[in-house]
Amino acid sequence: MILSRTAKAALAAVTGLVLLVIYAPLALVVVNSFNTSRSFSWPPDGFTTKWWNVAWRNTEVRDALGLSLQVAAVSTVISLVLGTMAALALQRYRFFGRDAVSLLIILPIALPGIVTGLAFQSLFKSMLGIDLGFWTIVVAHATFCIVTVFNNVLARLRRVGGNLEEASMDLGAGTFTTFRLVTFPMLRSALLAGGLLAFALSFDEIIVTTFTSGTSRTLPIWILDHMFRPNDAPVVNVVAAALIFASIIPIWIAQRLSQGNELVGAKT
Amino acid sequence: MVNRSNSPSIQLTDLAKSFGSVSAVDGVDLTIAEGEFFSMLGPSGSGKTTVLRMIAGFEQPTRGTVSLAGQDVTGLPPFARDVNTVFQDYALFPHMSIAENVEYGLRVKRVPKAERRTRVGEALETVRLSSHGDRRPHQLSGGQRQRVALARALINRPTVLLLDEPLGALDLKLRREMQIELKAIQREVGITFVFVTHDQEEALTLSDRIAIFNDGRILQVATPRELYETPNSAFVAGFVGTSNLLTGAAARSVVGRDGTFSIRPEKIHLDDVPDGAATTAGVIREVVYLGSANHFVVDLDVPDGPDNPENRGNPTSLTVLRQNTATAGTALGRGERVRLSWLPENVIELASTLSTAPSAITEESA
Repeated sequence: MILSRTAKAALAAVTGLVLLVIYAPLALVVVNSFNTSRSFSWPPDGFTTKWWNVAWRNTEVRDALGLSLQVAAVSTVISLVLGTMAALALQRYRFFGRDAVSLLIILPIALPGIVTGLAFQSLFKSMLGIDLGFWTIVVAHATFCIVTVFNNVLARLRRVGGNLEEASMDLGAGTFTTFRLVTFPMLRSALLAGGLLAFALSFDEIIVTTFTSGTSRTLPIWILDHMFRPNDAPVVNVVAAALIFASIIPIWIAQRLSQGNELVGAKT
Repeated sequence: MVNRSNSPSIQLTDLAKSFGSVSAVDGVDLTIAEGEFFSMLGPSGSGKTTVLRMIAGFEQPTRGTVSLAGQDVTGLPPFARDVNTVFQDYALFPHMSIAENVEYGLRVKRVPKAERRTRVGEALETVRLSSHGDRRPHQLSGGQRQRVALARALINRPTVLLLDEPLGALDLKLRREMQIELKAIQREVGITFVFVTHDQEEALTLSDRIAIFNDGRILQVATPRELYETPNSAFVAGFVGTSNLLTGAAARSVVGRDGTFSIRPEKIHLDDVPDGAATTAGVIREVVYLGSANHFVVDLDVPDGPDNPENRGNPTSLTVLRQNTATAGTALGRGERVRLSWLPENVIELASTLSTAPSAITEESA
């Protein structure tokens, strides 16, 4: 596409503005985590690492973070296993009701969280009489985390086609050997991308979690509970700033992977 | 015809396959001898690839049996059959090196490492890719990938090698080279090759015998020469090489009676009349210069020509191919009246009608 000089300048300006709108508030959070003022006055009164110290020693924050990481990790593992199996079944085999099953697997990601949350709460509490806690959060999260893995794996299977698996079987490999030596290596980067997304979805989920967590608190719920308390506001800010830094790592990995994909997906 | 012994390598009995309500293969009986270079030739959708996939075990037949070396393998999965395949798009494993690709069959069969290394080395040497073992498939050219696919399929020393349009993705020059190479490799390893193609020239060049497929059935199984000289149907006459199909008024004008007949363009003489030849006359409508030959379309003296309702859909002209030899005589131009002649034994009477034939008359064989 050929663009005039003015068009280029205009696009650059718009791009700059959009990035500014996205990142200025985030920068403000980071700056305020070092602000001596409790009320985040602007410009900052002075520089301090006090709040980071306070946050680090806050056991509530650590417990919440630990729970969030565990929930996200377990939901991701469940999603990886079930999402991959579902994608393989739907892509490689034809059976009655295939399209319906596909729709039912994808639906949870489109459902409003409040509906999912409500539904699980009444199932767990009223019907099954289970105490809400770690496993109820995991099950609820897994329902929509599966979708990201499923979609990534399905897209990869479609692109790779069934030919490589046929070639493997033709050369004498059974079903499991074929999966181990051919299918899984082909899916590896799709699984990583899908898994990272699933982890991120679970980690910052708040609505479904509210309904299924009972008395346990994940990090997003802790933040929600404390953000309007003046005493805790600086600590909330520190936690938010820390999460910003932590988010950069998986996104960077995912981007590196998707670049690698172009190479793997090159014509065979 | 090389190394052909009498024991059947592959035997297909009443083989049929339907996908839902669509019948892809409809009752195929075929015996392929050991060491034979056998081609399945037909237009796309004629069922030839489905037959190949049933021999490989990728598809289960709806009816009939597949036997390999005398043993019924109909229900067996691909990995339990002593057959290997070269895929149309090669299907090389992109995450493995060339050597690992070739080694794969030995690896999954748990052949000891030392033996694996020697055999991979030999296989790569056979296909002249010894120095490329460490590369990845995407770093090779189309012709090289094709040779890797061949080496990978041959390393298990199968009794039968199946090739699914393996040269389809290559350009013409490379295709010709690979055809020669393929034939040489087949002669060297001496195993049965079953080759699927829609390119009639390729099939004629390579094969000991050819099966012509159309609409899920085999129309004729014969050597290349027999197929070309004595096709058994209008379809075969039109699909293998170029043919003049004569029916209705054209048949009466040329042969002297009703029926369906075929005569090859190069069997018709212009002006010079050999001994014992039959003749008719016509007017040159089109001349195409092909370098080594000229291609003529000659309108026959048929009553009313194309306006006669009986001639609708039936050709009233003949295609003639004349070599530009030193003694070819004067150049003939459009609108010129010429005498056409041919030896009666070159006119073949066909059983079926024109309706099953593709647009054979206009098909270019150059």
